Amino acid sequence: MSTLTIPSPHELIAPAQRGERESMVLNMGPHHPSTHGVLRLVVDLDGETVVDVAPDVGFLHTGIEKTMESKTYQKAVVLTDRMDYLAPLSNNLSYVLAVEKLLECEVPERAQTARVLLTELTRIGSHLVWLGTHALDLAAMSVFLYAFREREQILDIFELVSGARMMTSYFRVGGLAYDLPADFIPTVQVFLDTFGQRIDEYEDLLTNNPLWLERTVGVGTITAADAIALGLTGANLRATGVPYDMRKMVPYIGYETYDFDVPVGKNGDIYDRYLVRIAELRQSRKIAYQALERLQQMPSGDYVTRDRKIAPPPKHEITHSMESLIHHFKLWTEGFKPPVGDAYSAVESPRGIHGTYIVSDGSPKPYRVHFRAPSFINLQALPHMARGRYLADLVALIASIDPVLGEVDR
Amino acid sequence: MDIFQIIFLVVQALIITLAVTTGFAYLTWYERRLLARFQNRIGPNRAGPLGLLQPAADAVKLFFKEDVIPTASDKVVYLLAPVLAVMTAIVIWAVIPFGCFNLNGDHTACFDPARRDEVWNALQVAEVNIGILFILAVTSIGVYGITLAGWASNSKYAMLGGIRSSAQLISYELAFGMAVLSVVMFGGTLSTWEIVLAQEGLWFFIPLILGFLLFMISATAELVRAPFDLVEAEQELTSGYNTEYGSMKFALFFMSEYIKMIAMSAIATTLFLGGWRFPGLETLGNGVAELAGPWPAAIIVGLVSLGSFLLKVALFLFVFVWLRASWPRMRYDQLMQFGWKTLLPLAILNLVLVPVVIVLVPDNRYIQTAILFVLGIATIFGAARIGGRGRVKRTVELVQPVPEGQQSSVANSSSSAQPTRGTAS
Repeated sequence: MSTLTIPSPHELIAPAQRGERESMVLNMGPHHPSTHGVLRLVVDLDGETVVDVAPDVGFLHTGIEKTMESKTYQKAVVLTDRMDYLAPLSNNLSYVLAVEKLLECEVPERAQTARVLLTELTRIGSHLVWLGTHALDLAAMSVFLYAFREREQILDIFELVSGARMMTSYFRVGGLAYDLPADFIPTVQVFLDTFGQRIDEYEDLLTNNPLWLERTVGVGTITAADAIALGLTGANLRATGVPYDMRKMVPYIGYETYDFDVPVGKNGDIYDRYLVRIAELRQSRKIAYQALERLQQMPSGDYVTRDRKIAPPPKHEITHSMESLIHHFKLWTEGFKPPVGDAYSAVESPRGIHGTYIVSDGSPKPYRVHFRAPSFINLQALPHMARGRYLADLVALIASIDPVLGEVDR
Repeated sequence: MDIFQIIFLVVQALIITLAVTTGFAYLTWYERRLLARFQNRIGPNRAGPLGLLQPAADAVKLFFKEDVIPTASDKVVYLLAPVLAVMTAIVIWAVIPFGCFNLNGDHTACFDPARRDEVWNALQVAEVNIGILFILAVTSIGVYGITLAGWASNSKYAMLGGIRSSAQLISYELAFGMAVLSVVMFGGTLSTWEIVLAQEGLWFFIPLILGFLLFMISATAELVRAPFDLVEAEQELTSGYNTEYGSMKFALFFMSEYIKMIAMSAIATTLFLGGWRFPGLETLGNGVAELAGPWPAAIIVGLVSLGSFLLKVALFLFVFVWLRASWPRMRYDQLMQFGWKTLLPLAILNLVLVPVVIVLVPDNRYIQTAILFVLGIATIFGAARIGGRGRVKRTVELVQPVPEGQQSSVANSSSSAQPTRGTAS
């Protein structure tokens, strides 16, 4: 099990400074073109071969979990966007589900369907960034721009529903922040119709490209047992052959009613992670189509719970009803108070299992919030995968693990 | 050689140096615009019409950058490296014939190898009878600039880049040299001028298709262009050998790289694509000579041959940019393996095939060409097949896992329930 350990940066730097090592210690990052943000890697190099690598995280620490303790439950939603900034809606969902569990609140069907559709679009958008940056890290530069062209359409859809392109904060405790706009359905329809062909285009460029195969097949292999021991989740785990997907294992927001498969790899190398994520793009498109069809069948209806203790009443009610005015006042001045207790919810974010654990002391603000951030845990596998490989593989490995540093550091 | 000729040579050299550096500036523009087209973008279009002033803006920017010399560097070598890099890149141009503008006013001499002494070509600086050797020598010296830059900077990234460059050059130099040697054999000369003339009616890329392919691959590696751009792999080494270089010193490296790229395209044109030749050029010259006399004919032939040469060079440059837009980068070890285990054997095979065919079928260019072309294509496909052998097409499996709650109730025989497996996609 010793290969699963993660050295500290100091362990590698100190002997080199004392001149006890023949190998070279290279400091990659935090400002490096391919560390996907502000990851610092201390790499012990023997020529071009990586002897050991120590990831040093914390350069993007924003204290999100602590800040949440001073925000009301509803206000804290906006902080979740800032963690995994490539999949803000998945984070929103994870947090919102935990609070809803605490409150035992019912969410209308229409809101749940919209949540499914939007989180699947988030998954597509996030995987597109992964695909683009992964290809860019191996210098297949054009794929990056093609992937971002499609992501742009997804961001446009987010802008349409929430007004923001990245920090959407569109999911609220009890449902959605606003109703879906009128041209939402046709816009999504257009995107999904063209997207299938786009995936084929990416595959044409990469899947059978000999150089791409050279760089990815058999590189960074990890066994299923090691992956589980390190706590890998998401595509990184599924590429090793373990069909674990929260949407199937512990279905939430009605995923059990959708027809989709879980793509699973065999070898656990970079190429399998690539194949799994590409297949997930197709599966997400399939789910999004089903959700879209359901939304077309219920064009109007509640988008947020009718429980006035949680969601504010509509504007026109406030002018007529004293009770509504009081609810509005209470919600805006102090927020809702969940019962004393704790709740955990987990969703399948694009990067793996994103979990939220909330402890409530009965006040309108959470006593403690903790996130199980998949990027942080997946990054643990980097030293294990990278030892004995080449420096160039290290770059490919970071890309294939697909960490988002905002989420790693929180 | 009288004094006038010496002055003329100096002026010629100056003009070519300036032309080449301008060519470099516009190559950056060409590459960026072209790359943008490949990538669904627009590219630089703000400075001047179509962004044509962009190179000038870039140059001004680099001129006004602070000139930093790292304290830990070896200053003399550090300063010398970019000079060495750019100098070798420019010197290659001395032996390349860009066209034929006979200053003796007789265009027919351009097309006759026997009348070489009657040609005073304004479009070639030095007609050396070992031009090919000169090219091979100078392209190899160019790597010193990169290696020394990497070493003298005293920076880890730069050193890795420098080491990579020397390893890469050693791996590709042999295949490169052998590919060029097949041209020498087929053309029967070491002079660039005579190689161009020998390609009358038959550009060498047809009989030497294998050599041409080997030449293009190893030339890309020599140029450290994608997919062999390990030396400055941005994603791995931030900027590789030139990490510690800024301002005009960086610009010189950049310049050397792009000038080498044009030079390599020019060499490829000269060796394989008939140089400045163009079908019907001689007939055109004769026609003009009949109508307007020898001087206009010489001028027309000079202009058309130059245009034809530049067109072919632009074609090669397009290929280099195209490669960059579409291929991922190779890894250090894979590059060496490819060089030693794939390119070198193929180059040796090519070097055996060409003389054997020439000896077996003497004095018949067209039969030689047919045999060599068929053999070359067969070798290429054979090599591709062998290279692709053992590569299994992999797919993902589509699975329907059983939800966690149902596992214990459905299958309690084993602790981990087997998921139901669907068909593979």
